[in-house]
Amino acid sequence: MGWQRKILVVDLTKGEAKAEPLNMDWAFQYLGERGLATKYLSEMMDPKADPMGPDNVLIFATGPLTGTMASTSGRYAVVTKGPLTGAIACSNSGGKFGAELKFAGYDLLIVKGKAKKPVYLHIIDDQVEILPADGIWGQTVWKTEELLKSKHQNPLLKVASIGEAGEKGVLYACVVNDLHRAAGRSGVGAVMGSKNLKAVAVHGSKGVRVKDPKRFMGAVKAAKEVLANSTGRKELTEYGTNAMIDVMQQFGGLPTNNFQKVQFDGTEKINAKAMMTPNAHGHRNLVTNKACFGCTIACGRIAHIDKEHFTVVNRKEYWLASGGLEYETAYAFGPVVGVADIDALTFAGYMMNEHGMDPISFGATLAAAMELYEMGAIKKDETDGIELRFGNAEALTVMAEKTGKGEGFGKILGLGSKRLCEKYGHPELFMGVKGQEFAGYDSRALQGMGLGYATSNRGACHLKHDVFAEDMEDQTGKGKAVPVKKSQDKVAMIDSTGLCLFVTAGWGLEDFQTQVDAACEGEWSVERLLETGERVWNAERIFNNNAGFTAKDDSLPERLLKVPAPSGTAKGKVSELGKMLPEYYEARGWSKDGRPTNETITRLGL
Amino acid sequence: MQKSLLIDPDKCTSCLQCEMACSFEHEGAFNPAKSRIKIFEFEHGRRAIPYTCTQCAEAWCLHACPVEALVRNQATGAVEVKEDVCVGCKVCTIACPFGTINYNQSTGKVAKCDLCGGDPQCAAACPTGAITYVDSDWTGYERMKQWAVKTDNRPQA
Repeated sequence: MGWQRKILVVDLTKGEAKAEPLNMDWAFQYLGERGLATKYLSEMMDPKADPMGPDNVLIFATGPLTGTMASTSGRYAVVTKGPLTGAIACSNSGGKFGAELKFAGYDLLIVKGKAKKPVYLHIIDDQVEILPADGIWGQTVWKTEELLKSKHQNPLLKVASIGEAGEKGVLYACVVNDLHRAAGRSGVGAVMGSKNLKAVAVHGSKGVRVKDPKRFMGAVKAAKEVLANSTGRKELTEYGTNAMIDVMQQFGGLPTNNFQKVQFDGTEKINAKAMMTPNAHGHRNLVTNKACFGCTIACGRIAHIDKEHFTVVNRKEYWLASGGLEYETAYAFGPVVGVADIDALTFAGYMMNEHGMDPISFGATLAAAMELYEMGAIKKDETDGIELRFGNAEALTVMAEKTGKGEGFGKILGLGSKRLCEKYGHPELFMGVKGQEFAGYDSRALQGMGLGYATSNRGACHLKHDVFAEDMEDQTGKGKAVPVKKSQDKVAMIDSTGLCLFVTAGWGLEDFQTQVDAACEGEWSVERLLETGERVWNAERIFNNNAGFTAKDDSLPERLLKVPAPSGTAKGKVSELGKMLPEYYEARGWSKDGRPTNETITRLGL
Repeated sequence: MQKSLLIDPDKCTSCLQCEMACSFEHEGAFNPAKSRIKIFEFEHGRRAIPYTCTQCAEAWCLHACPVEALVRNQATGAVEVKEDVCVGCKVCTIACPFGTINYNQSTGKVAKCDLCGGDPQCAAACPTGAITYVDSDWTGYERMKQWAVKTDNRPQA
């Protein structure tokens, strides 16, 4: 229970779809979602395979708590080999699609091979069809959902799809579901596009059952109360994640102008308060907040753009309300590219959702392009007449659209920052790890964050560890290795349940344990949950080792290792990665070259 | 005292906790496809509106039923479906002007909100107070109060 005990395997090369029993031995070892998908991926493909080739495997994975009344139960993950990094990709999304896939009766949807022509999957419980995507291929994410609901005369369909970015191989294309929620990072949408798979449209009516309903409902109610009463939860509900921008600005950890600076003049124009405050002609950016499936936090923002703004003044189709700024989008369209125009930022966000791209990678890539432009490495005749300078809002909005559509200089931006910087002869300007761009936290101000970025299995990522409190308290690298390791294991566990990381605003480990144990067969103690997380982390690492990654890939750019932070609380500091990394390997039970030792492999049953 | 579900769409975040609670109460599984309360979302989420049966005093569904499978629970005021009597003719689904009584293919019967016998689980599960269960005679009380507050413009002592 908790699990549906069934998976759907689709072979696009053969044009076949069949349901299979879930491997319960693996479920007991890897729980679900991120963990279980990692196990299936590792068993089903060669980690050396071309991520954009037919031998890559694309997995949509729900967790045992997905689709239950546990708060934030709408999560699913897309797990595959990522084309941006060449490492394992695990991109997590909310919205309503994941729960719907579970309601149709499947824990995982595994897609293999490559269709000869563009197709989409239509899943109504046991009825699964691979249908031609005629008239849908080439459409935006938003239009695709509308067309599929209309074609099947089924408003209850939940749709996950790629936009033109995924079709055209933008290396950080994402899978977007429910119009503005996304499995965002590492290019999982490009993999979907490489398989000629445009969309998955699903409706399910089978429901989800749990092991001990009475105990589960008791645990769910208690945990919801804890969350409701927590200060962190209240702030997320009221301000959304963009409350963070003021914190990072004050702290001096807000990457600005491609990490040349760590503080930004203009945060007050794009922060959570700015979203809530009417502008000169009375337009208020924020419309309302919105929850994902089952979520009692509702940190999501629904916003709209001032009709008089240059981006939409002649484009009525963008006068609608849609997904608004979160912290990472505010960072990626704001400080890192130097832009402080809230409507431009919101428009860029619409472009990401509509065309299906990761805002973090796009913004950080544009930031690198701006630095290259300002130093003269990129010339104006290459950028479609756009002045690619820091602070130019038009450069942001025009390039967001061009990249999404694969037009002009957008094609170059679609390669990601690493390839862009290499192309123009300045690889040192790539701000990321393993080919993936940084999120909105500077490793010089937040030392544990730097270690987390360097060791994240999907390339630079802020969501695979959680040492925020430790980083704010102590700005040295001392004693960071163990908390980073422990929180990575904890997060890997949470990502394997079907719940959202943000519940940690209120929940401790025991709040997860009571719910998982009441929902799932087997005895699930806190210790077992954490060991599961550690197993998941190591399984991902082994996938990456087998794909060719070694200790040298656990690195940070020289700018963060050698150039001191120019201002803020960490003024004069650089990242202490070199000291932290050996301690981390030791805490992990890994060899000096960054591989799990035989003892570790045996201990975790890998 | 009879009570009614009071719905305030401005507070709805579209989390679907109500749909899960409803299906769990009636079907024993978390299954929004079988929920008797539905959330409707408009324009990428600008607005989300919970919608379910209002338990009409003059209930079209009840009058239309040819086999008297729909009966009024005098204690709660809810119109309830007697599953052992319902023949699945669906006439009630045509009679209802609001669409809040629907056929269930898996049971061959119709299903509608029954206020969970006086303890509606949707209201209990709603995290934002968008769905509450209040005195049927005073569903407008809170709204009246909000307007009344606006007339209180005397300077504070």
